[in-house]
Amino acid sequence: MLKIKNLNADIENKSILNNFNLEIKPGEVHAIMGPNGSGKSTLSNILSGKKGYDVSGEILFENKNIFELETEERAHKGIFLAFQYPLEIPGVNTNIFLKTSLNAIRKARGEKELDAIEFLKLVKLKAKELKFDEEKLNRQLNVGFSGGEKKKNEILQMSILNPKLSILDETDSGLDIDALKIVADGVNSLRKKDNSFLIITHYQRLLDYIKPDYVHVLMNGKIIKSGGPELALELEKKGYENFN
Amino acid sequence: MREKQIDKLKDYKYGFTTDIENIRAPKGLNKEVIKFISQAKKEPKWMLDWRMKAFERLKNLKEPNWQKPKYPKIDYQDIYYYSAPKSASEKPKSIDELDPKLLETYKKLGIPLQEQQRLNGIAVDAVFDSVSVATTFKEKLNEVGVIFCSISEAIQKHPELVKKYLGSVIPLTDHYFATLNSAVFTDGSFVYIPPGVKCPMELSTYFRINASQTGQFERTLIIADKESYVSYLEGCTAPMRDENQLHAANVELVALDNAEIKYSTVQNWYPGDENGKGGIYNFVTKRGLCKGINSKISWTQVETGSAITWKYPSCVLQGDNSIGEFYSIAITNNHQKADTGTKMIHLGKNTKSKIISKGISAGFSDMTYRGLVDISSKAKNSRNYTQCDSLLMGNKCGAHTVPYIKNKNPDSNIAHEATTSKISEEQLHYCQQRGLNPEEAVGLIVNGFCKEVLQQLPMEFAVEAQKLVGISLEGSVG
Repeated sequence: MLKIKNLNADIENKSILNNFNLEIKPGEVHAIMGPNGSGKSTLSNILSGKKGYDVSGEILFENKNIFELETEERAHKGIFLAFQYPLEIPGVNTNIFLKTSLNAIRKARGEKELDAIEFLKLVKLKAKELKFDEEKLNRQLNVGFSGGEKKKNEILQMSILNPKLSILDETDSGLDIDALKIVADGVNSLRKKDNSFLIITHYQRLLDYIKPDYVHVLMNGKIIKSGGPELALELEKKGYENFN
Repeated sequence: MREKQIDKLKDYKYGFTTDIENIRAPKGLNKEVIKFISQAKKEPKWMLDWRMKAFERLKNLKEPNWQKPKYPKIDYQDIYYYSAPKSASEKPKSIDELDPKLLETYKKLGIPLQEQQRLNGIAVDAVFDSVSVATTFKEKLNEVGVIFCSISEAIQKHPELVKKYLGSVIPLTDHYFATLNSAVFTDGSFVYIPPGVKCPMELSTYFRINASQTGQFERTLIIADKESYVSYLEGCTAPMRDENQLHAANVELVALDNAEIKYSTVQNWYPGDENGKGGIYNFVTKRGLCKGINSKISWTQVETGSAITWKYPSCVLQGDNSIGEFYSIAITNNHQKADTGTKMIHLGKNTKSKIISKGISAGFSDMTYRGLVDISSKAKNSRNYTQCDSLLMGNKCGAHTVPYIKNKNPDSNIAHEATTSKISEEQLHYCQQRGLNPEEAVGLIVNGFCKEVLQQLPMEFAVEAQKLVGISLEGSVG
């Protein structure tokens, strides 16, 4: 599904990612753990197509190089990023944003756009599954939402857009235990043999609820160790500083 | 040459409309030309006298120059003040002769072919749809006694109303462009809503047949008699071209006791090319008088066109408890300039006004909100609320807010809020990550920014205006 080869990323001549390699196969869940400043968010930004970095290397998505693709073209192909800090868009109704987004992607794929009734049916179903307060869907996007509500809104969008590769950038940070469970349930319900996940996190906590297939430790822009779920526990015990 | 043309006009006794083709008044601004216009429109003497008074006054007036956008000096002697509608042979024959860019915009706005042809003055064999619709509308309006016709027709058929109200809100002596309009206006709309009547439909210039060539000096007069209501739509979302560079329209509204007028405008005149060349100067005077008690006038405008927009739709709140509202979206892109806002003049007791202004500037453009709130000493217990928000795109455009506040009354209350923001890279990236291209993303964000104003527009206008907002900003990202 996703193959990253020798990815280097600099910003203002400062190296952030350094010979980064990763492969995610369909249906797999990978977790990347690392301390602050290790390059986690840069990785998610670059995968989503954000500009402003000096990059070299290769990113293959379904065997095609997506290096030259714009952010929205990557989204059309099925890459979704749950933002660490979801943006507020004043005056834009959440439902309308979701519908515009879903239909933009469907249109780009040559699928039929959903009308208002079909969309509302879908969004109601998904909101119920994720215990997302429907009333909030009629509010301005993320305006006045609590941190937890914003993160849940990201997961709601993910479940409506049904992406092939979902990148969760520190979705667990700032969540209480109930919200964390809801987010995890959302991810687990999307786990299918063709859907992959890349979960970026500081803590092992989320991985109690979402069992990853692989865990990678990112330090100074490089994966220094990879393993199974047990690696996360080991990391939690030792801390990043003493981890080698 | 001039004499010959005027003579030709004098000789013609058997109706006007067909033979006037190809006739236009000679260039220049003088008494002869004003007489020519008045005769061409078969006006009564009082009307000609009125025009002449304006012309005399004009000699002592100077163009105002306090506005922010400057413009090259206009040679008023080098303008045709009257030209009859173009003959079929001069008009484009088919839509294929038009600028492909313009056609592309029509497509995006979803303007039907017939409408596109009408906008560009293409001779259409059969305009059955619009004619029959308009006829049905006229019948419906007649039933309730609403008068909706061209101002030329009103001058002839309803002189008592025109005499009473024309110039009662924008006096002959007002300012240079308004006075110029009074001297040389060619046509425009007239509306009278009788007492107690709620106008059964939105009135739109679109449905006034034969009015497509109102020219550069348009004149509109709307009177809502006691306990009546009318909603009036002006303009359209499709870009309009015009060979006249200067447009100086006057619009006067009068609301009597308990009457309400809602006036909505979408202005999308040609803004000039990407370098700002060839666009229209839109210098409009719009003013409403809340003459009666409990009357209400509400202006809503979406200004996206013209090279220079210079206008302040205003309300004079004379009747006690009267209400004035101004909702505005102004968008400037490329090299466009806009200096726009409103004036709320509180004269009566317990009068209220509300100003919501949303300005968006992109490219190299420059936008100024300029507004006056004036509460007189007699306007006890009056209130104003003003909110001015500016949104900047890129770092080469400008946005300015210039509020003037005069309060001569200790019982009254004025509140002013202003914000300036920018569309952030992060917001754009977020929308793009959700599958929207940069232009769709900007359209969505800007529509959110303008929402409070868009909601004020009548439904059919609102949908088109939303699209227009996005299209006006095309090319302003990336």
